[in-house]
Amino acid sequence: MTDLIVSALIVIGGFFGLVGSFGMVKLPDLMTRLHAPTKATTLGVGGVLLASIVYFTAAGSISAHELLISLFLFITAPISAKMIAKAWLHVHRTADDLPATGRPYGWSNYDAPPPDDEVLDGFPKGTPAPGKAK
Amino acid sequence: MIDAALLFGFGCFSLALLMNLFRLAKGPTLMDRVLALDTMVINVIALIVLYGVRQDTAVYFEAALLLAMVGFVSTVALCKFLLRGDVIE
Repeated sequence: MTDLIVSALIVIGGFFGLVGSFGMVKLPDLMTRLHAPTKATTLGVGGVLLASIVYFTAAGSISAHELLISLFLFITAPISAKMIAKAWLHVHRTADDLPATGRPYGWSNYDAPPPDDEVLDGFPKGTPAPGKAK
Repeated sequence: MIDAALLFGFGCFSLALLMNLFRLAKGPTLMDRVLALDTMVINVIALIVLYGVRQDTAVYFEAALLLAMVGFVSTVALCKFLLRGDVIE
């Protein structure tokens, strides 16, 4: 029974890992390419780590330290994807290519942040934010 | 049965590594290469964990954890360098 579960998890994990890298080769530009490794590959590694947990727990010793790796990967994958997207925007796009923020201050990628004592929730102090009860 | 599944897993992640290598070589932008390296690190973590299952030891776990941390820090450092021209301001 555990053989079946471990094998299924490894096969699922391997498949998703392959899909993630295939997407990175196949998709047309960086912003779409970001989707494949950050979602599919994370799921693939999660499957493999789950398989390892099941395998070592069934072998006798309760083993949960693989959870550390999966937790770490699940936290860090979106952060690195956000950093890569931000750096790509910084190098390949200007502020004119993006839609307006609808706020008094521009995109944080291109404009220096306003001083801390001037803003509250992204608006100048004293003007109430729309749709927000005082 | 686990042996066959492990073989399949090794094959999948090795093929995935080759695809990442293709993207790393081809580019075309610097961020594509950073993304390819980041994905390579994650695939190598999966390979190490699979190897640990195959050898039936938990020795390789620390290597996988260290690689996860170093991979994340290096990706963020590269992005930060491109964004700000400096890693730690």
